[in-house]
Amino acid sequence: MISFITQLFLGKIVRYISQTRPDIFNRMEAHTDKVFLIDPVNLPLVLILKPQKENPSLTACPRHKILKYDARISGTFLTLLKMIDGQLDGDALFFTRDLTIEGDTEAVVCLRNALDDVDGSVVEDVATLFPLLGTPTLSFLRNIKN
Amino acid sequence: MHPKKIIPPELVCPAGTPASLRAAVDAGADAVYCGFQNATNARNFPGLNFTFEELQNSIAYAHNHGTKVLLAANTFPPAGKTDLWKQAIDNAVCLGIDAIIVADIGVAVYAQNKYPDQRLHLSVQAGAPSIEAIKYYCEEFNIKRVVLPRILTIPEIKQIKEEIPCEIECFIFGNHGLMAEGRCSLTNYTTGLSTNMDGVCSPASHVKYEEDENKNLTTKLGEFTIDQFSCSQNPGYPTICKGRYLVPHRQDAYYAFEEPISLNLANLLPDLIEAGVHALKIEGRQRSRAYIKAVVSSWRSAIDDVLEGKPPHISDLLALTEGNKQTEGAYASKRWR
Repeated sequence: MISFITQLFLGKIVRYISQTRPDIFNRMEAHTDKVFLIDPVNLPLVLILKPQKENPSLTACPRHKILKYDARISGTFLTLLKMIDGQLDGDALFFTRDLTIEGDTEAVVCLRNALDDVDGSVVEDVATLFPLLGTPTLSFLRNIKN
Repeated sequence: MHPKKIIPPELVCPAGTPASLRAAVDAGADAVYCGFQNATNARNFPGLNFTFEELQNSIAYAHNHGTKVLLAANTFPPAGKTDLWKQAIDNAVCLGIDAIIVADIGVAVYAQNKYPDQRLHLSVQAGAPSIEAIKYYCEEFNIKRVVLPRILTIPEIKQIKEEIPCEIECFIFGNHGLMAEGRCSLTNYTTGLSTNMDGVCSPASHVKYEEDENKNLTTKLGEFTIDQFSCSQNPGYPTICKGRYLVPHRQDAYYAFEEPISLNLANLLPDLIEAGVHALKIEGRQRSRAYIKAVVSSWRSAIDDVLEGKPPHISDLLALTEGNKQTEGAYASKRWR
């Protein structure tokens, strides 16, 4: 079972991003009502992202649970993290089969473009939100080779 | 005898978002090309491109760093729907754009008549590969630079350069599409949307990826299956021109037009500069900041090497290429396929 603390933690992250990076949600255009299943294939859970501009949500669900979604984005945790961190190119990851997408391709492309239009890094923003743990963890993860 | 003077070529880089534009500027682009968030440009993709305000801020950022900004207004307005293109030209001029890249003669004549001092470039979408065609565009529309179609060898480019009254821009890296630039109707046939008028080659709204339990990947555009990849094969973009098809004279499915592959002229860079090409263009407005940063900085460094008389050191960009394959295409030989 995913802990209550984890869900609170994820909720805080997505709300923080929506407040500090509103342009991401502006770029989502017609896809803010879509449900994205983010699937870090080497973790026991999946994430559900609903990028509604006024009320975005990010929740974790057990992998075995049957979920309804519009689009699914799969890759290892590190691949997904480094892509959102602006270190890896989504198209290149698709060409090497490190990234798999399923469902509403247009919504995925829109999300990818919206997340990429940031200076710095959304991941870094989130890390600084939890300075004691987040910053050293991100530094460690960035140094791991894919 | 005086040694031949080398013209430092302009490195022209793509940007699909303001953050990408800043990444290109910071990585050493001499010029960045981009488009508005509508059908006036040939990368009209969801979540991509610039609003008026974003372009305004981006031009200010680029100009503060000595980098030019070019607007791609390189699609063809459908009959009776030219207002959007006229507005794009008006807005770009109002913002102080350095050049507008056009393909349609109606758009070109509008820009030329209303803004005679505005610099115009001829898009690759215009598909002008001959001296006669380029001269016509120069004479009639005051075109200052032509982006050559990717169908010419370097000796042919050199010959054209010597006989036309405008600058030449050549692609050096990125997508290697079908050699009928500005005339491709494959997407239109398949989806009803036009690459040339709507700015969408293989619109994402019509693309489907299906992976089976054995990790075999099928790519589809509309009702058409474009390709199937086993788990050990690298896919490319879901475009009809990069699809694998069954044809009567072949036993197995094969790439009838072009395979998933990217253009990479790294090894031909000294020849292109020696030929007097004025601008070297990187494709990829649909790609990420990570791509922009890696590709632009690599080519910046390589061009600077050549200008300093050193052999160019070019980073390995294979990991960023389509299907993890690269080609010199027609630049090296007409027999690339």
